[in-house]
Amino acid sequence: MRDLRTEEMTLNMGPQHPSTHGVLRLKLRTDGEVVTSIEPILGYLHRCFEKHAENLEYPGVVPFVDRCDYLASMNNDHGYAMAVEQLLGIEVPERVEYIRVIFAELQRIASHLVAFGTFGLDVGAFTPFLYAFREREKILDLFEMTCGARLLYNYIWVGGLSHDIPPGFVEKAYEFLEYFEPKIKEYNDLLTNNKIFIERTADVGVLPADVAINYGVTGPQLRASGVDWDLRRDEPYSIYDRFDWNVVTGVEDMGVLGDCWNRYYVKILEMQESARIIRQALDRLPVDGDVQAAVPRKIRPPEGALYFRSENPRGELGYYIVSDGGTKPFRVKMRSPALSNLGVIDEIGAGWLVADVVAILGSLDIVLGEIDR
Amino acid sequence: MTRQEIYDRLLAQFGESVVAFSNEPFTQFIVIDTPAWYHIAQYLKTDPDLYFDSLMCVTGMDLGPKKESMEVVYDLFSMRHRHKITIKVVGPREDFHVPSVESIWRVADWHEREVYDMFGILFDGHRHLKRLLLPEDWEGYPLRKDYQVQEYYHGIRVPKIKPKKLAP
Repeated sequence: MRDLRTEEMTLNMGPQHPSTHGVLRLKLRTDGEVVTSIEPILGYLHRCFEKHAENLEYPGVVPFVDRCDYLASMNNDHGYAMAVEQLLGIEVPERVEYIRVIFAELQRIASHLVAFGTFGLDVGAFTPFLYAFREREKILDLFEMTCGARLLYNYIWVGGLSHDIPPGFVEKAYEFLEYFEPKIKEYNDLLTNNKIFIERTADVGVLPADVAINYGVTGPQLRASGVDWDLRRDEPYSIYDRFDWNVVTGVEDMGVLGDCWNRYYVKILEMQESARIIRQALDRLPVDGDVQAAVPRKIRPPEGALYFRSENPRGELGYYIVSDGGTKPFRVKMRSPALSNLGVIDEIGAGWLVADVVAILGSLDIVLGEIDR
Repeated sequence: MTRQEIYDRLLAQFGESVVAFSNEPFTQFIVIDTPAWYHIAQYLKTDPDLYFDSLMCVTGMDLGPKKESMEVVYDLFSMRHRHKITIKVVGPREDFHVPSVESIWRVADWHEREVYDMFGILFDGHRHLKRLLLPEDWEGYPLRKDYQVQEYYHGIRVPKIKPKKLAP
């Protein structure tokens, strides 16, 4: 067989390539059609958000945080707001907590819908993309009627929210859930159980649990490997401990644990669970309360540092915030989940065909805005 | 294990290499003597009672020209025992060498490269220490407090931030 080896070739995938979901360049070394190593080249979207944050007052960082993971802005705001609130030692009103959870989970559904749609595109199924964006549109409408923005919200502030929910929001949100929940079966019929799709994704790019932990892979990607771990349940923040929902882990229905199909399917099931949380939160939403009651006039946390992590649609979103007692943070470090998730690609992608690398990359669900920051 | 117990354990095992410990709210960390970090990291990862299998975050910190020091902060977590600890190594602002733990926790690979990229802290033993986010030929380390933007990059003028807006 040794004689059959072809000359090694370096192949650039990206920076402009539909499967890289942004501006990412993968330097593939290939032996024929088999990829022997993958080296991601990052930084095309680097804006040095952390330097900006050092020159802004605490509330001014929120719009920058929005722009890091532009598919999960609400979750980013939520994490940042909670981190600063912990440093300040302030409690936010009940109503704010409920609204935050509703928005964070709506955003999670929207983000997973994009992941579902674009993953279909990556492996050659165009239709699911249209279905996903149809539903996502309705979520964005809900966001728009609340804060006027559809993508970058600056909605969750330190200590509160920028606006209260408008009249009619709760009814519309229920309406959306009624509409959305049966759709999940449609996705399963369309893509999850599609023979071609299973052939492309099951048993491909297997990520064992211990490797995943060692590489810092988190979120749905980790749960797909069979690790029963979700920060919303295991390190409950906000009011997640009040709801009845399940942590989804991978199954061995189609292939083995930790393959591309599992990484995809966990997200589908998570949308269902998010819908359950939203429904419970809507049921119990307190009627009264000023959403800006706890917003501090001047944010000046005491000296100290804190690492706070929360569950973003892509995994563990951590903020390491250092305060020197002033009105501007001394240092803000964002531990972005997608960066660590992408780091594993050489480990699980080497040895597969070029076409499979596209599937593996798609299943990792990366957002370049957050990787490059 | 609590932070205190972890500290006692490390102190018993490594003695003088464990430099300082603080357990006040918002200043919870153990400071480690820099050269000993690799061995302590190995111990933290492999000891069955500690078993820190997950490195959550690696943060570089520049304390500014006045304090003349830089720090690297490691936030560790054990998925098995569900306990946490923060480890710090402290060093000079120029020519600061830290043993790389990239071979212990693979997640540190890119995180250390990012710290090198932004602060110029050198990680000894890292297999391919090069810039992660900035281009290879970029001058300076942006997250240092006294960073000045280079004037030209490949003949393109780099817009200047006004000096008064830079952090102290």
